[in-house]
Amino acid sequence: MKPIVVLGSGLAGYSVIRELRKLDRDIPVTLVTRDSGDYYSKPMLSNALAQGKDAAALVQTRAADMAAQLGIQLLVETEVRAIDRANKTLDTTSGEIAYDRLVIALGADPIRIPVQGDAAEAVLSVNDIADYARFRGLLGNKKTVRIDPSTSLRTEGFVEMRSSAGASTGSARTEVVIMGGGLIGCEFANDLASAGHAVSVIDPGPWPIASLMPEQAGRQLLAPLAALGVDWRFGTSVSRVDHAATGYLLTLADGAQLHADLVLSAVGLRPRIALAQQAGLAVNRGIAVDAHLRSSDAAIFALGDCAEIEGKVQPFVLPIMHAARALAKTLAGEETAVVFPAMPVVVKTPAHPVAVLPVARDAVGGWQLRANSDGVKMEFLDAEQRISGFVLTGPYAAERNEMSKQVGQRALPL
Amino acid sequence: MKVWQCVVCGFIYDETKGMPEEGIKAGTKWADIPEGWACPDCGVAKADFEMIEV
Repeated sequence: MKPIVVLGSGLAGYSVIRELRKLDRDIPVTLVTRDSGDYYSKPMLSNALAQGKDAAALVQTRAADMAAQLGIQLLVETEVRAIDRANKTLDTTSGEIAYDRLVIALGADPIRIPVQGDAAEAVLSVNDIADYARFRGLLGNKKTVRIDPSTSLRTEGFVEMRSSAGASTGSARTEVVIMGGGLIGCEFANDLASAGHAVSVIDPGPWPIASLMPEQAGRQLLAPLAALGVDWRFGTSVSRVDHAATGYLLTLADGAQLHADLVLSAVGLRPRIALAQQAGLAVNRGIAVDAHLRSSDAAIFALGDCAEIEGKVQPFVLPIMHAARALAKTLAGEETAVVFPAMPVVVKTPAHPVAVLPVARDAVGGWQLRANSDGVKMEFLDAEQRISGFVLTGPYAAERNEMSKQVGQRALPL
Repeated sequence: MKVWQCVVCGFIYDETKGMPEEGIKAGTKWADIPEGWACPDCGVAKADFEMIEV
């Protein structure tokens, strides 16, 4: 019997298998991944520094243990070159693999904004655990000796002695410039600043997380993160990255210049669609699938950050979990359409937590402020005065479950 | 008393500590946490994810 083959070992790929195994222990499953196959939580990549976690500490379950627990064949460090839909086979770097049904869960690539300069290639992205290991290593390299009188000499990684002001003041700060003040950029800014690094955030937009939040809510993040030392620069972008005597010299679109030891790009994700496109599957921004997660080929499904489900790409945790459960049922023989409830997005900025149920860019209606004590509580009311979105920041973030239950209901008068 | 970890985001729930800030008393067993509870870090509902013993 030919197996169900899943491509990708991220949250989407492993979740659909985990859900399938609750329904069927016997159906053969093969997971193909170009990575190590170790299971880790991607949302933790932008929250692990302040907790002192290195890449190894983020691995929850090793690949071999995942394979044993789930009863699957696991092919790691394997690239899929092509899908032969007529013969239902995959051409991979580990040979040909036949599939009965195929699940594409390949995720997304970080978007790279072109910059000029002789160090443009030095701009980093952190999109998987290997990127995180590299990033953390580079941060460690920049550490100077910090003498903390209350404890002992604390160093980490390679110790670089600086003869200049850095060493004499005991500073261990790495100057990190983050390109992009969206969700991931803000999470990294909070995490890096909490870990003691000097952070600047450069964003061409008007306020933090502007793609998901209205101005009054986005601005709530400014002061709490500035208090951690974050230097915000909106309305501009990085034009050049050049080598400096140490680190890099950045030139911004507005002409300003600043020094950085590391430059981190966090400007968004682009669904990985190349393999599907090459196989002739329908693609838009992501791999086009219906409510059953089925592509234009009835034997091929997609979910997660690479998928566009009924016209929507939703690269967040909750949509993946709902899609994985529905797809597992379909794969086990019970055709099931995914039904998405209200799924708030949680922004992990401990300095000022945020939960947001975003509204479509062209949604008709308006944001209403409901409360604003040390944060804001805002509701988006549609033309019929029903709540169709919300933003909760600071102390209000804890109300997200109650708010989710009110979505679709008529708002109480102000 | 056991310690559990959210497989989605890595959040740790320690039964001995509970989550007093969320109204869950110290010593509350995972099994006794209400079904409507959601992971405080990633927002995944209790029924939507698995906690693994660590």
